[in-house]
Parts: sequence; C-alpha cells; structure tokens
Amino acid sequence: MKIVVCVKQVPDTTDVKINPETNTLVREGVASITNPFDEFAIEEGLRTKEKYGGEVHVITMGPPQAIEVLKNALAVGCDKVYLVSDKAFAGADTLATAYAVTKTIEHIGGADLIFCGKQAIDGDTAQVGPGVATRLGIPQLTYVCKVREIHVEQKKVVVERMMENGREVVESSLPALITVVKDINEPRLPSLLGIKKAAKAQIPTLSAKDINADENRIGLKGSPTWVTKVFTPEARGGGEVLKGELTDVVPLLINKLMDSKFIK
Amino acid sequence: MARLLIDQETCTGCEACIPSCPFGALSMKDRIAVVDEKCTFCGACVDVCPVTAITLEKDEKAVTIDTSAYKDVWIFVEHEQGKVSSVSFELLGEGRKLADVLGCKLCGFVFGKEVEEFVKEAIAYGAEKVYVTESPLLEYYRTDPFACAAVNLIRKYKPEIVLFGATVQGRDFAGTVATTLEAGLTADCTGLDIDPETKYLKQTRPAFGGNIMATILDYPNYRPQMSTVRPKVFPMPARDGSRTGEVIRESLPMTEDQIRTKVLEFIKGAEAVNLADAEIIVSGGRGIGNAENFKVIRELASVLGAAVGASRAAVDAGWIPYEHQVGQTGRTVRPKIYIACGISGSIQHQAGMKTSDIIVAINKDPEAPIFKIATYGVVGDLFTVIPMVKEEFKKRLGR
Repeated sequence: MKIVVCVKQVPDTTDVKINPETNTLVREGVASITNPFDEFAIEEGLRTKEKYGGEVHVITMGPPQAIEVLKNALAVGCDKVYLVSDKAFAGADTLATAYAVTKTIEHIGGADLIFCGKQAIDGDTAQVGPGVATRLGIPQLTYVCKVREIHVEQKKVVVERMMENGREVVESSLPALITVVKDINEPRLPSLLGIKKAAKAQIPTLSAKDINADENRIGLKGSPTWVTKVFTPEARGGGEVLKGELTDVVPLLINKLMDSKFIK
Repeated sequence: MARLLIDQETCTGCEACIPSCPFGALSMKDRIAVVDEKCTFCGACVDVCPVTAITLEKDEKAVTIDTSAYKDVWIFVEHEQGKVSSVSFELLGEGRKLADVLGCKLCGFVFGKEVEEFVKEAIAYGAEKVYVTESPLLEYYRTDPFACAAVNLIRKYKPEIVLFGATVQGRDFAGTVATTLEAGLTADCTGLDIDPETKYLKQTRPAFGGNIMATILDYPNYRPQMSTVRPKVFPMPARDGSRTGEVIRESLPMTEDQIRTKVLEFIKGAEAVNLADAEIIVSGGRGIGNAENFKVIRELASVLGAAVGASRAAVDAGWIPYEHQVGQTGRTVRPKIYIACGISGSIQHQAGMKTSDIIVAINKDPEAPIFKIATYGVVGDLFTVIPMVKEEFKKRLGR
C-alpha cells in the first residue's frame, strides 16, 4: 500500500510572544516545527505501513527551510520525502495550495491512502485536506480519531470520526484521504540511527514545473482570496484579581457572575 | 506574480516594518529592510513604513465572470438529531444585515430526508426563500450527497454569498463545495461586513492562535464568496413564527451507489461533551492532580448546567478523554462564561478560549498567565475554592 502524508512547517507558537509596547507578534528567534497535528498523521502512516505493508511518502510545500520537517519524517522511519518549493507558490490560499499538493501527489504516482493533520496551527483553516480529496476525486474522512481496520484486498477502510457529541463510525472505499486529530496515536521519537540517516539524506525539491502545475492556478494568481488587512486584536482587558479572604471573595465572584445574566 | 518592493534609497533602516510582519518575512541587511520568501503579500508592512519605502505590486486580475449574475445571501441550515444547529440561526441574523446592505434576499438552504420543520424554522428566523433538497440519501450528513446537492443549487441559482457554521459538519462540507466550485472560502470567521465601495464581503478571522486578525476579500472573478463562521460569535436573532417565505425544491442528482462512504454507527459519548454549544464551561488543568479529582469540576458543572473542559496537561496525563480538551490541539470554544480551574493558561490554551465573554481563573499561583486574561481571578487552592463556589451557587440558584 502506498501511503502519502502531507505535512506543513509552522512557527512554534510556544515561542511566539506579544510585544507589549507595539502589541504585535514577536517572531524573531521563533523556531519552526512540524505542525503538531501532522506528527499524528506521520505516526498513523507509519503504523499503517507496519500493519499492512507498503511505503510512507511525505510531502511538504514551503520555503527551502521546510526541509527540516522532512528530515524529521525520515528520522522516524518514513521511506521517501519531497519538498515542493517554488517562488511561484508564494501567497497561495487554501484553494491554490490544495491544487499544488494534488499535482504533487499525482506527480509521485498517486496514493492508496493519504493522511493529513486536522488543520495547521498557524492558519487553522482545515481546508487543504478536503480540497486535495475533492481534486483527486477520492472520499475524505475528516476528524478521524481511530483507524479501525483496512481491508486492503477489498479496498475499504473503517474509521471513527470525532464529532461534537460522540464518535461516528464510517466505512469508506479506498483510495481515501484521512485527516487526523490528536487522540489517534502517540507519535514515536526518532532513533539515533534515524537522525544520522536523515542528516545525510538528499531531499528532492520539486518546482511548479516539475509537478506540471498550471501557473494560473498556483500562488497568489491561483488564489480566490487575498488578505487585505492584518492587525492585532485588542488586548483582552480584565485581569481583576479579587482580593481578600475567600469567605468574602467567593460571594463577590458569585455576585459578579449572577449580574452578568449568563447564569440561568 | 506579486512582488513586495523595498526602495533602497528611501529606506532609512528604522526597522518599523519588522515587527509589523505577521509572517517574520522581513529582516535588516546592511541597515536596509529585506524581504524573504515567507512573504504572503498581505501588505501589513506597507502601512507602517514611515517613509513609504515599501510598495506592493499585485497583478490585476481581469474580471472574467459576470458578477452581477450572482445575487442573494445564502445560509446553510445545518441540523443534527432532528434539531437545527443554533449557529444557523445566528447566521440568519447576521445574513439579514448583509442582505439589507446589499439590497438582496436572505435565503436558507437545507438538505435531509424530510425537512419541513427545518424550513419553517429558517423562515421564522428570517429567511425569505428556502432552497430544499429532500432525499433518503440525505438522511444524515455525508460529504458526497451533501456536496452534490449544494453544488447543484449554487450552480443553478448563483448566490453572491454563502455562509456555513464552522462546525465539524460545516468545515467538512464547505471545503468540498468551494473546491468543486473553484470559489474562495474563508475559514472560521468572527466578523463579516460589506465593503461600502466595492460591495465585496469583508471576512475577518483570527490566525496564529488568535494572536493576529486578518481581513480577507475574494477577487471579483471568483463567486460566490464563501465563509465558515464560528458558532456563538453572532447573537441569536428574534424568532417570528408569523413570517412567510418561498420554498424552492430541487432533486438530488445522485444515487446511493455513487456515495463512497457509509455511516455504520454513532457512538454517543459517555458524558455529553458538547463544548461548542455550551454557554458555560468549567475546565480543569494540571492543578486537578488526578482523574478522580475531576469530580470537583463535574460537580460544579452540574450545578451550573455547564460542559466540562480540560487543558492539554490534564488530557495528556490521561485524567480525562481528549474530547474535553480546549486549546490549540483541542477545541476552540466561545462560551459566555469560562471557568479555568488549576490551569496556568499557556498561549496554546488561551488560543482555544480567550474570546469567551467572561473568564474566571482559579489558581494557587498568583503569577499564572491565566490571570492576565481573566475577567475575575481568585488566588487560592481550587479544592477549597471550587466547593465554596458550588455551595454558594446552589444556595442562590435553589438547586
């Protein structure tokens, strides 16, 4: 079975701080990491391979430094990785990104199963996964918290999806695209040997031309939406710490909450 | 291709632009600002440059479609277990304002096996027209038949704006519909507005875990303009059962054998988690100490009719299932009241809850970051404070 995992490099928000004077994001010295949800996607790809056989191929689209997330994927045991990088992709929204990712998957020969994280923690859109599935013409299974079984011969997969009020058990034909939530597994750590191997690996870079992308459908040109304004939200006021003995503070707190009319 | 141009002669090296970039794409080289490939051409730096050394060159897109053919504001009327989701009503309320500014009609669209009740509700909450597709194949949500029904309607009737709730269903569904239509889609909006000049939809949404906000427009050669909108952002409009509206029916151009997924069963959670709909959430973190102690949180939640949330630390420790996790790698919530107990308030946790109307923090550590964003803070041992709070509420509410 050929498994493809789509990953994204994102800024590590643990490091992101707000400059209290200018009220803007301080991005200097912020490390880049693999999107946390994508770590679960990689792990699920590896577990699927271990159980059902096959290969795990990982792709990422981004600037040249995004190669780091691919090295991490190699270090934990993924078979092949591809960096899709081209200035022509700059400014892509989710529609143009999904197009480029789809062209990449086609270029590397398609997939029997695709794993993505539920969403990336920088943009939080959760749109690229469904976009890729739609373009490839395969079913999508989003918010998956468990892959129950895969029937390789019959080309079927059964998963559990995490909904607002419980779990939905869904059967789908293969190939399919699965987006995963955190609960699905616990990602493994790379081995020392894996890290050494990854450090030495030559990672192929694919350009827009390599994946045979239509230049009108990538980057800013292929994006229906554009960001017209970026601003910092008003800092949340508050920070009123109720002072005094708990026997006074608790009734005071309750008074304030009852006054809000939100308690029914 | 777009380009960000920095005029080397004009640039004074003042560095004002560097912190303005949400993507960290600007840096200084030989005391002149330079931009790298992380630039997304958002233009944030253009506005802050005191000497206007930065300009943004964008390709003008030729308008290739007849935008005047696209009319009306459409709201997806989502329902689950026989009830319309409240976010659909909130969107009808907000959609009314947009339709009034544009001088067009507010319409609902609803799919299901039998949807008469939902159509009535949509009209009572303000829809002038409701587009309906009924079929046994639409009995419960599945991506294939729902997307097929929506694409069919949108291609035929050409709405100008289409809004979905940013729920599990809406986020699964809207992405497929937008891709099929090759239309723009802005996720998780918290603000909608019509640009007074162009009449385009201005969609505002948080990014980077709520640390920045972005306003997004659709180019005029892509229609409809589509967004998913977070629940609980807009108020519930008033219901008026005397309203009347037109109903337009279309059949589903799909058969069961074309649908690639089958729902085998639905496993209801052991405890109702529904954080998305909760008016009040009581959440526990590392300070709770163990799984057993979560009963303190549950008891307070039960007195208030609240949902139970948790921080990542509590979930990762195995004290409570992942369904309860609030924050960046869990759920984003926006209740009226969020009571954080024994939660320090990391930036990741804040990303999931800081737009709550009222935040109450109960924590031993007066230095915990949660107090910076809390409307009301109580410094103290949660095992002392929460039972007191619970008893006091019981007394006042007569429960």
